[in-house]
Amino acid sequence: MRDIRHYILGCIMAALAVLVLASWLTPGMANAQEAGSVATETEIDRSATGGATTLEDIMRRQQGLPVDNSFRAENIGDPSAAAGITDQLGTLGGASDPDLWRGMRFNAADVTTQARGPAADVLIQDRGMWWLLFREGPLLTYGGYLLLGTIGALVLFFLLRGRVKIDGEKTGRRIERFKNFERFGHWLLAGSFILLGITGLVSLMGRKFLIPTNGHESYALIAGASKWIHNNVSWAFMLALVMVFVMWVVHNFPDKTDLKWLAKGGGLFGGGHPPAKKFNAGQKLIFWSVIILGGSISVSGLSLLFPFELPMFAKTFAILNTTGLPEMLGFGILPEAMTPHEEMQYAQLWHAIVSFVLMAIILAHIYIGSVGMEGAYDAMGTGMVEEQWAKEHHSLWVEEVKKQENKAPSGATPAE
Amino acid sequence: MKAMLIGFVAIAVIAVGADYTLHQMGWSAAEQGASPSNVRLGD
Ligand code: HEM
Repeated sequence: MRDIRHYILGCIMAALAVLVLASWLTPGMANAQEAGSVATETEIDRSATGGATTLEDIMRRQQGLPVDNSFRAENIGDPSAAAGITDQLGTLGGASDPDLWRGMRFNAADVTTQARGPAADVLIQDRGMWWLLFREGPLLTYGGYLLLGTIGALVLFFLLRGRVKIDGEKTGRRIERFKNFERFGHWLLAGSFILLGITGLVSLMGRKFLIPTNGHESYALIAGASKWIHNNVSWAFMLALVMVFVMWVVHNFPDKTDLKWLAKGGGLFGGGHPPAKKFNAGQKLIFWSVIILGGSISVSGLSLLFPFELPMFAKTFAILNTTGLPEMLGFGILPEAMTPHEEMQYAQLWHAIVSFVLMAIILAHIYIGSVGMEGAYDAMGTGMVEEQWAKEHHSLWVEEVKKQENKAPSGATPAE
Repeated sequence: MKAMLIGFVAIAVIAVGADYTLHQMGWSAAEQGASPSNVRLGD
């Protein structure tokens, strides 16, 4: 019964986290979207150009102000108004060449093509620029600073706090913490995540940092290899994610010991060692971050891996809109109708943003699992930890293990 | 250590296997964008 309540609590927390993240991270993009099409400026007088683009339109665009493009988007000819086929220009149909180009520009032209890929008939994708600018601008910059900042903070922490040592006398006795299978799952996850992180960063940042130093030829090779690794290693990550979830979820439901642990700050800055079961509250946070953020990265990644086959953002936004949350938070109504390429662009940004957040979290995890804490690495190295380490960091778990051992001493046959 | 090495080897095996399988299934980007015939009339 208690477990079920914990489970429900966990689910609610997870759902909230996803909702908050989703609505929090997307409004800027949504607004940029609307700017392209929604008329917010005062009516511009285009009589001097016969209804075509005016200097004022161009100036507004250059200043980054919203421009109402409907005067072009809707000016794409009219087949029913075509001159008779034997009349002058009759063979042209009801649309002039500029009409046709405008139709292509605004994705309203009737295009047929030999290419059979999805969205192959979209020749010009309107509103792609904001995505491109966001991707090579704020995404790259702030994402980079987030990772560098995290590394900086960890270095600072190390200098201030130093390594977390085993306080008491070491016993020389070791107890099993993770079985072979569990460690295999962990390293499948860790190895693939690190490869995905590095190759993902190469894809995002290579143009900016590797082309200037290595040249185009060499970067083409790096980018190709990087893409191959990123696309194909993703499966190992997804598999490992499922493994880790199944193996460890029972130890990660929040309970009362977590509150006490958190209240003491995990004992990181003195204050002794608050009791913890198999996983302390900090580790539970890591676990759920990996599961939820890793899951979201996997889903958006699949959408990117099979272009146009798995669109999911229009639907997600529609669901979010029905909650009223985006509007309540002042982000307006999120776009619910999207062109195939827009779907991919949202998938790319979401994939990258969530990955940056998880990479930052994982940097901290790697730190505390290796140099940051004496005796921690053994848990994933050999699977056997020093008993004193276990008593200090997972006292309740040690008690449980001891109880089990007393119940069934090794070599004894269990009671019938 | 052994679990870690097996984990890393598994990553490589799964990656190569995924690449092979997806190609076998015709899921390469090239094939997805290709048309089965050269000239397509009427669609
Ligand atoms: C070189 C890199 C890494 C090292 C040295 C490392 C080390 C460790 C260690 C020692 C533990 C066991 C902690 C304990 O005994 O309680 C652990 C647990 C765990 N690791 Fe890692 N890890 C690494 C990378 C990763 C990555 C990349 C991920 C996920 C993307 C990950 C996810 C987890 C999770 C979910 C747990 C269980 C919860 C926890 O202990 O926080 N690890 N890791």
